[in-house]
Amino acid sequence: MPERSDITITINGTRVTVASGTTIAAAVLTTCSFTRTSITGEPRAPLCGMGICFECRATVNGAEHQKTCQLLCEPGMDVRTS
Amino acid sequence: MSDVWDIAIIGAGIVGAACAAACAAQGLHTAIVEAGVIGGGATAAGMGHIVVMDDSPAQLALTGYSQALWRELSGSLPANVEFEQCGTLWVASDEEEMGEVHRKQSLYSSARVSTQVLDSAALAEAEPHLRRPLPGALLVPSDAVLYPPCAAGYLIQEAVRQGASIIAPHKVLSARAGVIRLDNNSELRATRIVIAGGADATDLLPELPIRKRKGHLVITDRYPGFVRHQLVELGYLKSAHSVTTDSVAFNIQPRKTGQVLIGSSRQYDAEDSTVDHKIVVKMIDRARTFIPELGSLSAIRIWTGFRAATPDKLPLIGQWPGDDSLFLAAGHEGLGITTSLGTAQVLVDHMLGRQAKIAIDPYLPERFVRSEAHA
Repeated sequence: MPERSDITITINGTRVTVASGTTIAAAVLTTCSFTRTSITGEPRAPLCGMGICFECRATVNGAEHQKTCQLLCEPGMDVRTS
Repeated sequence: MSDVWDIAIIGAGIVGAACAAACAAQGLHTAIVEAGVIGGGATAAGMGHIVVMDDSPAQLALTGYSQALWRELSGSLPANVEFEQCGTLWVASDEEEMGEVHRKQSLYSSARVSTQVLDSAALAEAEPHLRRPLPGALLVPSDAVLYPPCAAGYLIQEAVRQGASIIAPHKVLSARAGVIRLDNNSELRATRIVIAGGADATDLLPELPIRKRKGHLVITDRYPGFVRHQLVELGYLKSAHSVTTDSVAFNIQPRKTGQVLIGSSRQYDAEDSTVDHKIVVKMIDRARTFIPELGSLSAIRIWTGFRAATPDKLPLIGQWPGDDSLFLAAGHEGLGITTSLGTAQVLVDHMLGRQAKIAIDPYLPERFVRSEAHA
């Protein structure tokens, strides 16, 4: 059995603790209902979960437009949705 | 249909759309024939830079006149046209090009286009992401950007509002002597026919001196404020001039959405519309020599389009010799979005026998017929 440990990251300034191996997209959905805002102002959330639809983009450690369904949480990460 | 149109325009790209709006505004009974989608050809592929260019006195006259017409129209343009008067910065990369900045400023001033020379510090302040140091730039504050397909859509809507009719989707099989034959074998009769088909104008008149010049564009995700002006390297003219070889130049644009449009490339005789990754890499590398941080942005789409290039870099506007009913508004190469409005005004004045604001002579198609006769 692989060992599970908890990881704490920050999402929009709020600390969130998840199991290791959790994608950022999944972590975001535990605290906030959307990842980004469309050009016409509509909220958007992860859809495909496999890096194709681009709806899960968010700012990770200051880098904008990261596909959060393709990134695993790492201790201390700062995630911002918009 | 027994109707005889005063004007039948072939092609609803931005040039045909502008011609339709200008003709309808004069009360002419106007038809526009389009084979595909309004503004769906080179119009949809272009950057949408409204720019004054000084490659030749005739180009300066037409672009200067047209840029002013866009600014007059800007208050009426709907939001989806995304018109923004962000200005152009012609960026110099060495002291020799700073000389060109001053030469360009005096030329523009002769066309009553006001400009401002930025020194190295002012340029760095205006565009913080440009590499430092750069010697300076020429700012043309009256230049603008817009979203071309929606601009074409607006002009068509204006034409229709003033009584014009759209006949689409219909491909034109032939157009001569006041008769247009459509792909459903019906005919349109018109006192005057205007071919505004861009590079496809040669389908109807194979002898036209128009060649396709392929271009690539890349658009990024949204990074609001990353660049603030349309940025073009002064060396652009060297690249655009080269008639024989493939070339790239640094030419990038801020969109109202916060996206960054990255160009540009030029390739003759590349008929295939697929993306040529080798030239895209060259284009991005060129842009990164000016904006090193560009490499950290994420691109979302790359596409190609075909400019309608003429040998002297000037469009074909006016009557086609040998057919009193046939007129051209084509061959605008990379300046069709800018010069569409000026082209339409000059053409309408020409067809109605009125004095135009600028002389039509340098753009008349007969210049090529003549030179061929003497060749």
